[in-house]
Amino acid sequence: MIELEPRPVPSLQMSVLSPLVALVITVGLAGLLFAALGKDPARGLAVFLIEPFNGTRALTELALKATPLILISLGLSLCYRSNVWNIGAEGQYLLGAIAGGWLALFVTDEAIGIHRWAFFPLVTVAGALGGALWAGIVAFLRDRFHASEILVSLMLVYVANLLLSYLVFGPWKDPHGFNFPQTVNFAPQTELPRLLPGMRVHFGFLLALATAGAMWAFMFRMHRGIQLQVGGPAPAAARYAGFSSRSALWTTLLLSGGLAGVAGAFEVAGPMGQLTPYVASGYGFTAIIVAFVGRLHPLGCVLASVLLSMFLIGGELAQSRVGLPSALSGVFQGVLLFSLLACDTFILFRLRWRRSA
Amino acid sequence: MNEFASLLAATLNAGTPLAIAGLGLLINEKVGILNLGAEGTMLVAAFAGFAVAFHTGNDWAGFAAGAVAGGAVAACFGWLVIWLNTNQYATGLAVSLFGGGFSAFIGVDYVGKKLAERPNYSVPFLSDLPFVGPAFFRQHPLVYGAIGAALAIAWFLYRTRAGLVLRAIGEAPESAHALGYPVRRIRLLAVVVGGALCGVAGAYFSVAYAPLWVEGMVAGRGWIALALTVFATWRPARVLLGAYLFGGVTMVQLHLQGMGVDIANQLMSMLPYLSTVVVLVLISRNPAWIRLNMPASLGKPFFPSL
Amino acid sequence: MPSFGTADEGLEIVTAPRLQLEHITKRYGTLLANDDVSLVVQPGEIHSVLGENGAGKSTLMKIIYGAVRPDAGVIRWNGEPVQIRNPHQARELGIAMVFQHFSLFDTLTVAENVWLGLSSRVGLKAVTESMQRKADEYGLELDPKRPVHTLSVGERQRVEIVRALLTSPQLLILDEPTSVLTPQAVDRLFVTLRQLAATGCSILYISHKLDEIRTLCHQCTALRAGRVTGTCDPMQETTTSLSRLMIGIAPPKLIHREPQPGALALRVRELTLPRHDRFGVNLERISLDVHEGEIVGIAGVSGNGQQELLAALSGEDPRPDPDAVELFGTGIGRMTAGGRRRHGLHFVPEERLGRGAVPTLSLALNLLLTRRESLRALGWIDRGALRRQTAGILDRFRVKASGPAAVAKSLSGGNLQKYIVGREIDAVPRMLIVAQPTWGVDVGAAAQIRAELIALRDSGCAVLVVSEELEELFEVTDRLYVISKGRLSPPIATSAASRELIGEWMSGLWPAEPEAAVGEAG
Repeated sequence: MIELEPRPVPSLQMSVLSPLVALVITVGLAGLLFAALGKDPARGLAVFLIEPFNGTRALTELALKATPLILISLGLSLCYRSNVWNIGAEGQYLLGAIAGGWLALFVTDEAIGIHRWAFFPLVTVAGALGGALWAGIVAFLRDRFHASEILVSLMLVYVANLLLSYLVFGPWKDPHGFNFPQTVNFAPQTELPRLLPGMRVHFGFLLALATAGAMWAFMFRMHRGIQLQVGGPAPAAARYAGFSSRSALWTTLLLSGGLAGVAGAFEVAGPMGQLTPYVASGYGFTAIIVAFVGRLHPLGCVLASVLLSMFLIGGELAQSRVGLPSALSGVFQGVLLFSLLACDTFILFRLRWRRSA
Repeated sequence: MNEFASLLAATLNAGTPLAIAGLGLLINEKVGILNLGAEGTMLVAAFAGFAVAFHTGNDWAGFAAGAVAGGAVAACFGWLVIWLNTNQYATGLAVSLFGGGFSAFIGVDYVGKKLAERPNYSVPFLSDLPFVGPAFFRQHPLVYGAIGAALAIAWFLYRTRAGLVLRAIGEAPESAHALGYPVRRIRLLAVVVGGALCGVAGAYFSVAYAPLWVEGMVAGRGWIALALTVFATWRPARVLLGAYLFGGVTMVQLHLQGMGVDIANQLMSMLPYLSTVVVLVLISRNPAWIRLNMPASLGKPFFPSL
Repeated sequence: MPSFGTADEGLEIVTAPRLQLEHITKRYGTLLANDDVSLVVQPGEIHSVLGENGAGKSTLMKIIYGAVRPDAGVIRWNGEPVQIRNPHQARELGIAMVFQHFSLFDTLTVAENVWLGLSSRVGLKAVTESMQRKADEYGLELDPKRPVHTLSVGERQRVEIVRALLTSPQLLILDEPTSVLTPQAVDRLFVTLRQLAATGCSILYISHKLDEIRTLCHQCTALRAGRVTGTCDPMQETTTSLSRLMIGIAPPKLIHREPQPGALALRVRELTLPRHDRFGVNLERISLDVHEGEIVGIAGVSGNGQQELLAALSGEDPRPDPDAVELFGTGIGRMTAGGRRRHGLHFVPEERLGRGAVPTLSLALNLLLTRRESLRALGWIDRGALRRQTAGILDRFRVKASGPAAVAKSLSGGNLQKYIVGREIDAVPRMLIVAQPTWGVDVGAAAQIRAELIALRDSGCAVLVVSEELEELFEVTDRLYVISKGRLSPPIATSAASRELIGEWMSGLWPAEPEAAVGEAG
């Protein structure tokens, strides 16, 4: 009979192989699913795996989608390493979008003649404050009342969604918008500067990459970063060392909330150009998967963000090219995460044949 | 008076799926497994229930399908978490995310479909009593089922040896293993039973409560059921109480809207979620009390030394 | 007395041995836990399995008890070969085990705990009655209705023993039973065990305590590194000859020098702390002094407040009055752990993995838990300096590890303890507090650690050792306190203390007046 035996030292090899094996499993299952649904598997897989990389415009779209994923997953990686289970990044993202949207509306309504490059840092700060505030509620309730950050942050996602809904159906609705739930289009000076002419990808992408570098330095080269990560696997060691778990809680939540908020602000000041209910696209949840697939490591987060952007774009293309609902990408994301978790077992364990004595 | 009676009736109705799901999660947690996949499990089961009820015209077949679907999803979760020892939090999240995506995907063709005419349930004779009748005795049979389940589970956990073994495993799986109990098999069984109950709750939403199918229709109530087990400090009777309280909050919100209270309906819809937060805060304030009542091994991995 | 096969005139009655292990082998990956182990236990015999930590005793017992399956070898029960597939089967055969780390359920009652250890054929009421009867028969006091978490460690062991006795065992296995008992309780346990053996039940007694084995056991099998090094009758042996069987050499001798106590380093006055939760112990009016250049010990059975006192001294519990704890004249009661380190107070906790070191981090990164020398501006880590610092510690304290990059989890217990103790001693502390310095550590490393503590004292540091091993405290300390139920005894010079006296004090029976503070320094 086969048994799992703990390894003396975690396998570095499996640590790197595991996401790749999980990807292979996902692709395999995807092919089977396509065949089962009566679609050509090769065509279906091409839509997901090849089309998103096909040409300059496709690559910029990939970078555009990856931007929020990178930002959010970096913050979540730090949280999860510190055993702070922030599940409500989607809500923090929405609050950042609302804050950024508010600023953009203000500039639009007051017709303020601000330069784009001046607005860019302002909207970044607005988004960060909005997201950090939302996450701060979670930190406060956990710090003061020991309320589970998992459940509180999640409940706040639903509240954030309803808040956005309320604003675009009510006080912020465009009076000339034919009663559609949307704000006015933001003035051109609020638009995020683009990286390439004619493409939608904006400077937020570069900021995201820079943040990944900074997060790497923080996590692995700075005492404060190491301190935060001790509390996760060994809370007693953190107490022994005198690392404040309260400080870890606040730092990780405010940081990840702020990053998610920036991602939200970038979405509305960037490609969307207005506030609508469609801002809630689930990036906050996809970023959770990105963080795990990326091994909670900044470099991994960047790569995994590209991978999951590929899935998201593939889903959109699948709808138009192959005639399958876009919810398919959600299925693949879930399968990827499952396979990853299963494969991860082999980092700490290995299979052993055991002869029944 | 009549208004209040119908409010009570609606509360019981709304609270029932929360109660059933909460009881299922309670069984999981008593044995030490934290199942964050409740929301996804309920979504998959809601779809399964709706689809089967739609095709067979039989509600009870729908509930059965929900139970089976819930149990199956829970079995996958249980295998990963108990045998492969994957991180319980991450795996549960994966189930919820996957369940959401999967149910949305396969349910695409069922949006807008209608089930057959809903029967009116009422307990003979009792349902004609003034006030009490319309308040309590014109409910779907599963409402009474939920109450019965709570009593049965309480009896099982605290009055039988099997229940004692279950609680012991949740307390200290290493000790139970050293004494020779098949800890992993019992945990898997508990997870599947809990999942089946969550499945029934999910199917209740789409077959009895709504009844329709739409993407994401569980709307966070799987997470609220998780909060319920904390609120109930892991006791079955209190799960019922908490479920009805939450049901009540939802009903009050609709009632106020109906009464023409002039607050935007999105803001009113926040009430159940905000009250969950409030409840969590109130209950969690005393960590010593929580630690005393919480199964000690909850969420922690277990490696049987062999 | 052991009943070997007797030969009457004309009649040969040979009783088969109760238990025979033949060529038992068990491997865990590269580690050979049991290597061709053979053992014979007669009916009614008290048989000790002697070995230091890591010799393979626990694995062997798990094999007998059915929790582990051997890779090779035969087990014979009363002469017949058997396969023990699981603890349930072992129980059916008549094998019962009292675990070192008890297999009890804290929130359940004593009766429920006992019931769970038995097969399900009997009801709870019947079990409660027979439990009461058995406890009375052997003079073990137990209240069936009490939840286990309210019991002291000694009482919990009684629950384990009664649970084992109720299965009417033919073989009872006890794994290091006396580490949690006062000397008087140890004597009472031995009475119980002799009473049991007289009824024909065999006893397997696992220990590394040579004196106890010589007092109690009829036969002894010694294990070293998984192999049997010999069998003997311990009552005919000396401590030295037993030690040679166990570790191959005579017990290492510690060089003693007279202590030169200096200035007052640590001063605790009337420290009173309510417990954190129902599972803890209240500290009541604890007062103690530690001077530079002396080693002070705190003896006590586990669960009497040591954890709470240590947390108050190390800074992990920030509740004490600022002046209740004074370090070199500064009130540190509310200071954080980091602040206390800056004032020269370092601490070695009793748990290595998970508290003294993070299991998944490298030895180099684990240095950052308590040392800041390799940090530059803004907390930037100078990795080269950190590596060199770690390598220096590994070298000086002879820690066997593949290098500073080795993960803490990969070290053996003894080596990890040497690293942690070394890390704190290398910081040149003015005061060092150590909890259970040699628990679970092999004899060689234990001797080295104790020698380091004495060297530290001789260099002028103040040292406080909290330990449950009386022998260790007698060997290393200059003065002793005893902690019992959250209260601290007056101090006594180690040279004036005896095992019996300390044993009494462990039950709280010390004189109320400080006149017993013989030889108080300064």
